[in-house]
Amino acid sequence: MPRRFAPVIGFLVALGVPLLPGVPPFWITLLDYIGLYAIVAIGLVVLTGIGGMTSFGQAMFVGFGAYTTAILTTRYGLSPWLALPVAIIVTAVAALIIGAVTLNLSGHYLPVGTIAWNISFYYVAGNLDFFRRYDGISGILPLSMFGVSFLDSARLYYLILVVVALAMIATENLLDSRIGRAIRALNAGAVAAEAFGVDIFRVRIFVFVYAAVLAAISGFLYAHMQRAVNPSPFNIEASIEYLLMAVVGGASHVPGALLGAGIVTLIKNELQDVLPKLFGLEGNSEIIVFGVILVLMLQVAPEGLWPLVSAPFRRALAKQRFSGTAKLVAQKSEMLSRREPPPRGDKLLEAIGLRKRFGGLVAVNDVDLDIRSGEIVALIGPNGAGKTTLFNIITGVDRPSAGHVRFNAHDITSMPARLVARLGLARSFQHARLIPGMSVIDNVAIGSHLRADAGPFRALLRLDRQEEGRLKREALAELERVGLAGEAERPALSLALGRQRIVEIARALSSDPVLLLLDEPAAGLRHQEKAALAALLRKLSEEGVAILLVEHDIDFVMGLCERVIVMNFGSKLAEGTPAAIARDPAVIEAYLGLGA
Amino acid sequence: MDPSIFLILVQDGLTSGAIYALLALSLVLVFTVTRVIFIPQGEFVAFGALTMATLEAGEFPRTAIMLLGLGIAAAIAGYLAERRVITKRRLAWLIAETLLLPAVIFVLALWLAPRKPGLLPEMLLALAIVTPMGPYIHRIAFRPLAEASTLVLLIAAVGVHLTLTGFGLVFFGAEGSRTTSFASGSLALGPVMVTGQSLFVLGASIALAFMLYLVFELSLIGKALKGTAVNRLGARLVGIEPSLCGRIAFGVAAFIGALSGLLIGPITTVYYDSGFLIGLKGFVAAIVAGLVSYPAAAAAALAIGIMESLASFSASAFKEVIVFTAIIPVLLWRSLVHTRLGEE
Repeated sequence: MPRRFAPVIGFLVALGVPLLPGVPPFWITLLDYIGLYAIVAIGLVVLTGIGGMTSFGQAMFVGFGAYTTAILTTRYGLSPWLALPVAIIVTAVAALIIGAVTLNLSGHYLPVGTIAWNISFYYVAGNLDFFRRYDGISGILPLSMFGVSFLDSARLYYLILVVVALAMIATENLLDSRIGRAIRALNAGAVAAEAFGVDIFRVRIFVFVYAAVLAAISGFLYAHMQRAVNPSPFNIEASIEYLLMAVVGGASHVPGALLGAGIVTLIKNELQDVLPKLFGLEGNSEIIVFGVILVLMLQVAPEGLWPLVSAPFRRALAKQRFSGTAKLVAQKSEMLSRREPPPRGDKLLEAIGLRKRFGGLVAVNDVDLDIRSGEIVALIGPNGAGKTTLFNIITGVDRPSAGHVRFNAHDITSMPARLVARLGLARSFQHARLIPGMSVIDNVAIGSHLRADAGPFRALLRLDRQEEGRLKREALAELERVGLAGEAERPALSLALGRQRIVEIARALSSDPVLLLLDEPAAGLRHQEKAALAALLRKLSEEGVAILLVEHDIDFVMGLCERVIVMNFGSKLAEGTPAAIARDPAVIEAYLGLGA
Repeated sequence: MDPSIFLILVQDGLTSGAIYALLALSLVLVFTVTRVIFIPQGEFVAFGALTMATLEAGEFPRTAIMLLGLGIAAAIAGYLAERRVITKRRLAWLIAETLLLPAVIFVLALWLAPRKPGLLPEMLLALAIVTPMGPYIHRIAFRPLAEASTLVLLIAAVGVHLTLTGFGLVFFGAEGSRTTSFASGSLALGPVMVTGQSLFVLGASIALAFMLYLVFELSLIGKALKGTAVNRLGARLVGIEPSLCGRIAFGVAAFIGALSGLLIGPITTVYYDSGFLIGLKGFVAAIVAGLVSYPAAAAAALAIGIMESLASFSASAFKEVIVFTAIIPVLLWRSLVHTRLGEE
């Protein structure tokens, strides 16, 4: 298994670099810078590449770290090792405040907001005496540890190397955890994650703070390496450069950050030698080439360089992941605890007078609905009858304009989706909303988010393995139940659409629900698959789970359900046993037109 | 601050606000048609002003070389994009647009520049050099990304901004320039002396804004642009070519940028990188307007101009801080109004 040790070998090789005879000290300095930039870029991988929040403000957080230690050590004589935690805390608090204000911004407003913050930071630092204006603060002492001073760049190199390695390991740990799944859902799976209890806003804030703290650590090291700080390395251009590194390396891969930092720094260094000769000019004309590279990268390799570099190892990596899951599942640990289902026949869900308007359109008009524990109820109706809107209201994705919903003895009207999920309600979506870039089993595991509690710190330190094992085991069990255990490690979006819907059912089941809301679960399935699905739903109902399903396949519905509700133009048209509904003249008219 | 100083500050603020308004209009136009948040807008301002300054000095503007280079790159990009479906007619158009046109402008600049032909021909030449850069940049950088997300387009726009700023440094050096005022004299309006240049700026901005309005409301191409802005697929289905609309939007943006550069050239010293902050303020105004409403963008731009002018008098060092932190509450308000989790 030599490939498993590739990162370790890489680390050892890196350790040996300064010992090689004939390596010029300037190279070591350059490597130091690459390490410092990589730490910031790792944060951007989590924030931007995976979390989907583009930040043009990372240089500002580097600045927070650098200035905090500069001021504390030069002005108050504090030891740098005491200044470090302060720098981290100051930056984390600043990021928390800035994040709380800015992360409500969506789409392109967020990058613009970070631009504004970074520009403001630059001018504030450059104009306040507290920060010594544009001259900055000098005379910062070099770091020292156990009497060893990190004055020369070769010694500092080891320190930086260790920090980079720790940051990479911690970040990989973080991404492969309960919180990691929530982070990976931020970009394109927020609605689904929220439906299983993930507090998306909190996760966004956490990621923002995490990236800021990494930047602050880089800034701390930078200040003690340069032994002086001034505002210019923390301006908006520097933030753009960090983003460039992440994009070039491969914004959604942790090792890509190191790769990108290396490539950009080396290119910049070369260009600063070559370009002045070419154009006969001083100044930062390397940005011409940077800009071209950035645009070309987006056009030619939008995923960055890491996927290309790591392509030969892809199979080995997949294998490693597979055996990792197997090892987790094989761990001796108790199963996740299950919820006691309410007594069969108890009233579980009750909706009274639900109404939803979109402007002039009344999509749902005074609908009453009730579902008892263990019951299978179908909601049918022509396209546009308001079925999905009704689903969205019940599950907390939309708010009703009028009416009330009670579920499991709680009033859930206008309750956000993630709180409704806590009470034991789970759903699937009409257009399957699996999280891209995640395996089938990870997608299912997000369903049991609320059945575990490991937070980011346990994840960073890898203290969450017992619990992860339980979650993975549960996910695998649910996949077995729906007949997809063989696909567990495949990328979720590589499955056919019909099967993606089934994965959604497994995800819903892994939340241990008492009520399951399924939006067209049988669409896109073959005959045998439908039969298997019907059998599964019947079995669930015997176990006491209530099921409400929207479905167009009338045969499927008629054979399965105890009760059918028909909607048309937003109102309830009829309700009754399948046989009664099939004879109801109003229903026949709605489906086939007058006179049929 | 006594009333007369206040009025002078307001006058200054209105003048720069008018420029920001023009830039905001073009940013809104570019965004609605192409979804690109056009960060490099400011570079056209700097290019316009500095090209003009070079022409005034009777020197050959090196932006003309860049125009030629961009034209060649655009020709290649255009050919690559269409090579499977290109007709002779379209090829001829492509060559005329991307190779012939810049060559003609280049020769014209070479011939005209040392002759110092006077204010108006120089202005026209500066506009002719900068304006076609817009469509070329669209062909090179953004057309291949037409299906990408707004975020990818934004990062690409940052890339273009970096490149153009770098070229600005290469062509014009780190020193700034100021051009001669083209409307000397001033006018007494009550207690305030209004300079001719400010009046000119205001007048030109209003005229241009009105012109844009007419184009959009009355002409077929304006309607095509509006259609593309509302629904790209729908526009394509009725025979509007989105990439052509994109080029037109970028052309208008480059023209407005260059013109803004000509207008502020005599008021402030313009450096190769001045465009970024100027453009960003136009951009702030456009964002305040949610990147969709022209009148709201113009109003916000005037407000920013006045705020900046007042801030530069009472807390000059913190002028930028005040302007940029002021947008955060507005951003918040906008995104609260506009979004819920449901949009993905």
